[in-house]
Amino acid sequence: MAKKSPPGPLEYLRRWPMRAWLAAVFVFLYAPLIALMAFSFNDSRRNIVWKGFTLKYYDKLFHDSALLEAFANSLTIAAVSTVISLALGAMAALALWRFRFVGKTALDGAMALPIVVPEICMGVAMLVFFARVMPWPQGLPWPLDLGAIIIAHVSFSFPFVAVVVRARMASFNREMEEAARDLGAGEFRTIRDVILPHMAPSLVAGALLAFTLSLDDFVITFFTAGPDTVTFPVKVYSMVRFSVTPEVNAASTVLIVLTVLLTAAALKLQGNAAATAGHGGDGK
Amino acid sequence: MEQSWKQAKAVFAAALGPPLAWLVVFFVAPMAIVWAYSFGHNAGLTQIAITGTFQNYARAIEPLYLMIFLKSAWVAGLTTVLCLVLGFPVALAITFASDKAKTWLLLLVMLPFWTNLLIRTYALIAVLRTEGYVNMSLEWLWKGGGTLAALAGLKPFEPFQPLELLHNNFAVVLGLVYVHLPFMVLPLYSALDRLDKSLLEASLDLGAGHLRTLFKVVVPLALPGIASGVLITFIPALGAYLTPDLLGGPDSQMIANVIERQFKRANDWPFGAAMSFVLMYLTFIAIAVQGLLAKRTPEGRA
Repeated sequence: MAKKSPPGPLEYLRRWPMRAWLAAVFVFLYAPLIALMAFSFNDSRRNIVWKGFTLKYYDKLFHDSALLEAFANSLTIAAVSTVISLALGAMAALALWRFRFVGKTALDGAMALPIVVPEICMGVAMLVFFARVMPWPQGLPWPLDLGAIIIAHVSFSFPFVAVVVRARMASFNREMEEAARDLGAGEFRTIRDVILPHMAPSLVAGALLAFTLSLDDFVITFFTAGPDTVTFPVKVYSMVRFSVTPEVNAASTVLIVLTVLLTAAALKLQGNAAATAGHGGDGK
Repeated sequence: MEQSWKQAKAVFAAALGPPLAWLVVFFVAPMAIVWAYSFGHNAGLTQIAITGTFQNYARAIEPLYLMIFLKSAWVAGLTTVLCLVLGFPVALAITFASDKAKTWLLLLVMLPFWTNLLIRTYALIAVLRTEGYVNMSLEWLWKGGGTLAALAGLKPFEPFQPLELLHNNFAVVLGLVYVHLPFMVLPLYSALDRLDKSLLEASLDLGAGHLRTLFKVVVPLALPGIASGVLITFIPALGAYLTPDLLGGPDSQMIANVIERQFKRANDWPFGAAMSFVLMYLTFIAIAVQGLLAKRTPEGRA
């Protein structure tokens, strides 16, 4: 210790009780997930004692058509609902940022509702809506049969996108827009060439947020989905209810890896702002 | 300055129209229907007569359901306190870490947040169940201890009794803390990060210890951030469905489970609707209280 300088008064990270606390919290957060991933490679059904490395559960997974279908459904829903959410969220953010109008505060509040309302309440609202008001036709060809779930997912993710985009627009210099106009750009041109480039990082962050929210959602999907449409979380839920099996471990590992890759890609694309921007707007 | 909408009506309508229409049709309308149903009663198998009755709400505050509300609030409150206690030092350490360490630590906190909720709950089941990792490790230790005791000439231990860790209230609280910890750490961090560090240094220079500085300087200054962290943790914990459903036992039902049953199995939609609106009102009350707290503190713009 003689060579190192003693920790400064505020360098909490260099004090050992703090380090121990941090380590304990991270073990708490990660140990179950790491164990789950490790045991997906375990050559034993009992899932507890290590019997050797195997990929057979992954092999099984890729031949399990029901699970694959659920996975494809989830990715399709996430992709489509992200695109729609991105468009709606950016439009809402643009309107709220640029204009003053009667009822703006009310609209602000209403846009925050899908973010704060408990999932279960929104889930039952969607259940009632699609059961009584707008029954989604049964037996449509894929991917049209996913329409109801996509609509529900857009409803809870586009306000998140709007929050993220609006936070970004706060740093936009309005004079740039005026300059563009003075130089003869029309509305459309101004939006495309001046405003959208400034928005871009928040669009990436918003897309990541919307995609993850959709992929993650169980409760609202559980209430919206008809008997024939199964998403990945709904499928895993029915598997988990019965037992803990290596197949579920393998399926979960695939999704965890996918999530980590997506997050890493987003961070690479535009620095750390992506992840923190998403959380800055979260839950407000 | 913001532009008046009258100056560019076409742009205004084009930008605001679609999101507003979506919000009204696919969010406000479904909610309004549930709200209307909460004042009705079942008339026939699929018919609900909206009669303006308050009997569903009266039933929601009967002792049986009132206890479930109280219990949910208690479980969510306990979860929030535990998250605060666990998460505050983490947020503090991240705030004062070097830039590089900060990036990595934030990423470490966020990754579980991005991971699917169901998968995280499933991971906990694997840890806690009777043949789970905790019980297997304990059994292994127990057997090892027994062997040692036998070697030392003592009488052998009783056969190992696995701990009942799953399907009880303990598992529900543990699961909720596990799931919501990142919700707490991130707002705490963003509040602490905005703190004027020279105030802390001044307090330490003037002879206050670390704990005293923490409670007299850091906590009061970070109060709006703490309040928003508490809110962000409490609201989803109060409405949690999956965690009590998968980790809880028959006596660990929370509000969301009762609501689900009314809609999916008991087929009593009006009562379920009333319950879900009571939950909504509780959420709004929590938000209002937080808003008031944030206004009272002088720098309160969380």
